Amino acid sequence: MKPTLSRRAFLKTSGEVALFIGVSGLLPQMISCRDTERMQEQFEKHSLTAWVKISEDGTVTICNPAAEMGQGSMTSLPVVFAEEMDADWSRVAVEFSPQEAEVYGSPGWTPGSKLMMTVGSRTTNSYWLVMRNAGAQARYVLKYSAARHWEVPVGEVSTSVGSVIHQQSGREMTYGALVPHLQMPDVLPEFSEEELKKPEEFRLIGTVLPRTEIPAKVTGAAQFAMDIRLPDMVYGVLERGNLHGSRPTLTNGSAVLEMAGVHQIVQLDYAIGIIAKTLEQALAAKKQLEIEWGPSDAIGHHSQEVYSDYEKMAAASEKGKVIREIGDMQKARKAAARRYTADFRNDYVYHAQMEPLNAIVQVAADGQSAEVWVGSQQGSDTKLGVPGILGIPPEKVKVHLQYLGGGFGRRSMDDFVEECAILAREVAPRPLKLIWTREDDVTYGAFRPLSLQRLEACTDSKGSLTGLSHCVVGDGGNLVASGTANDHYAIPNQFVEWREASNGIRLKHWRSVGHGPNKFAIECMLDEVARDQGMDPVAFRRKLMRESPRALATLEKAAEMSDWNGPRREGRAKGIAFVDHGSLGTGVCEISVNRQTGQIKVHRFWIALDAGIPVQPDNIRAQMEGGIIMGMSSVLKEQITIADGRVEQSNFQNYQLLRMQDAPESIETEILPSDHWPEGVGETATPMVACAIANAFMELTGKRLRHLPFTPERVLQALNA
Amino acid sequence: MANYTLHINNQQHQVDVAPGTSLLWVLREHLGLTGAKYGCGIGQCGTCTIHVDHSPVKACLLPVEGVDSGQKILTIEGLSENGEHPVQKAWVEAQAPQCGYCHTGQIMQAVALLETNPNPTPEEIRSYMNGVLCRCGTYLRIQKAIEIAAKNKTTVEP
Repeated sequence: MKPTLSRRAFLKTSGEVALFIGVSGLLPQMISCRDTERMQEQFEKHSLTAWVKISEDGTVTICNPAAEMGQGSMTSLPVVFAEEMDADWSRVAVEFSPQEAEVYGSPGWTPGSKLMMTVGSRTTNSYWLVMRNAGAQARYVLKYSAARHWEVPVGEVSTSVGSVIHQQSGREMTYGALVPHLQMPDVLPEFSEEELKKPEEFRLIGTVLPRTEIPAKVTGAAQFAMDIRLPDMVYGVLERGNLHGSRPTLTNGSAVLEMAGVHQIVQLDYAIGIIAKTLEQALAAKKQLEIEWGPSDAIGHHSQEVYSDYEKMAAASEKGKVIREIGDMQKARKAAARRYTADFRNDYVYHAQMEPLNAIVQVAADGQSAEVWVGSQQGSDTKLGVPGILGIPPEKVKVHLQYLGGGFGRRSMDDFVEECAILAREVAPRPLKLIWTREDDVTYGAFRPLSLQRLEACTDSKGSLTGLSHCVVGDGGNLVASGTANDHYAIPNQFVEWREASNGIRLKHWRSVGHGPNKFAIECMLDEVARDQGMDPVAFRRKLMRESPRALATLEKAAEMSDWNGPRREGRAKGIAFVDHGSLGTGVCEISVNRQTGQIKVHRFWIALDAGIPVQPDNIRAQMEGGIIMGMSSVLKEQITIADGRVEQSNFQNYQLLRMQDAPESIETEILPSDHWPEGVGETATPMVACAIANAFMELTGKRLRHLPFTPERVLQALNA
Repeated sequence: MANYTLHINNQQHQVDVAPGTSLLWVLREHLGLTGAKYGCGIGQCGTCTIHVDHSPVKACLLPVEGVDSGQKILTIEGLSENGEHPVQKAWVEAQAPQCGYCHTGQIMQAVALLETNPNPTPEEIRSYMNGVLCRCGTYLRIQKAIEIAAKNKTTVEP
């Protein structure tokens, strides 16, 4: 333990007591925890951290600093905290922390920075040590207080499931009973990893615990931002058109202003906003808008025709931005006994989170402060762009994070929050609720980019893979180029490059980002090479994974679970894919194909996963199940198409998602035991789907599927090729 | 604007809204019954599923004047006092929701299924539930939850 912090301040009241465990400063006075206004005031003044509250009845309220969008942060992070605090889990309650990255952030992208952002499957991984240290500090304060109360050395005090214990005198007190005797130590130690519990001492981490927020989600009590109504609230909607970046000119403004309930029309660069008394009045007015749309960079872009341009770009002699280079691909090419090339394509896909985007913003009458209620994946700016819109300091914006009705990357963008602030400013101090209709959400979406991957593989005379070259052509930089690294395959020569296209279409991270299209290309390519070499796809990968035992263990386990070498069922075939995205996982699917309709049916899926220490095993399984089903939906059905820059889809009737009847019979997950640092699990399963299905399809039919999604038309086309 | 009387969760409610306003907006934005969710507005996603006279209905498609004051509307808020309806309990046991946004609609659809078919086959469950979308991909746990509820002999008195 090293003393890094000066004297702590902490609060004591007859009821609830807050343990402020934080970065600096003294609280000048005692404040009741129920006086949230005052606490917030002190908080702003002193940058104090409050990770946990404890009340005399023994309830321990732990702060969750991450967004909860179904991935289970409301349980997994508090579990990690409670483990080190030695709290009685049955007495734990959880609430969202304030949105203050300096206090509640985890290590950010750059060294020394802090970030509150629920993206990239980083939550459990990045908060692992933060939550353990904070939990251990809370436990230390409890031990210190007991030692003072009992007048014994703190070193003699231990804890056990929600109680402090003095072994020598046989005394014991629950944490709740200790509340009136709480005292703050002069220094609050920082705990190194060695001073924290060893994995064999865990009694919460790794066990199956019900998720804390599920009871509220089955009664309708769980509050999403969409559900909030505030006194005197007005509604805002925007018409953004289906041509991204086009400037609207409203031609019938005065007529619309005369419509019932319409307060105001607000011009944005890319949209016309309406503020009205009720939602239905706002929507009715939106329908009546007559707008002339200006030019856009997207005009001339035809998503289904652009691939021929991309092919030319891939064939050009000039290289793109080099993403990765290992060995000498040029040499491997020259020395190769065999060379293989193939192109893989993927259309745009849309997030389709079930809760359309929305937010509520209330700007103070003087315009100098604001409150925001929103379901957000947070951001590099924890105030979500609102201070910039209103021209006020970040500390004058209070963000109330709500449950997210799905995120998948879409809610890591602040566009909808900023729009809400722009409209709310007009009606201050009345709160304004901005709602995107589903049509808005689809047509003005920010999609996973369309891309083309040109792969070239080289083998030597023994059939070993000696080189892999991967050229990604598309818009969006890392959005298309991520997931191209092969860290777990021993391929001596690798070359990855990105060739930039620009189409004026809004783009954004979509669950698994570049891993979806790129793992599809890589894993299919491996199967194509293996088959040509007369090798079994598992045996081929086994050889490539020789230097990566953890990856190999997932391959062997998945092969075992799926009875890979067992007899094949009539009309069915299996396909395999390995994905590294945080966690390492191998997936196997079993499919059949209706050769008349072109429908692919996925019957079963098996996954073997190495997630490091599995913090919440049942939740990991849930993430695998959901990841596979979302993957199947995108791979078999989903497609955004652009015609002359205009998005052609508008709602679920023409952007279809996978429904229950198309779900597989089973998705089985085996979590391999591990003592390694926990890794993210939200994005490991989704990229398995395309390649596992395409590889099974090749096994079943001898034909290749190389263009996502595998619509029935494309499947029939492949079958007839 | 016009006045409508609605019988929701065994209570009478008066609302003053424009004819043609969907029942979903009336429930959510006028009455604060936000358990039924807005997902698409065109009857494609089923997140707004409620019961009208014991039948599952997509509230987004139903204009307020389409329900007469004698008809009984049931929303998730009226399903049970504290989530103790057997289907809700089964939902917790199966740890079915992820983001949870669609699950109030899923539960209302499942309750209607078990009221008419207390022991559905897996195929019957999938067919009956097919109209309610879940983007998080929780379908297998929804199926499991319904099977648990059916096994616990959970039919509800109409």
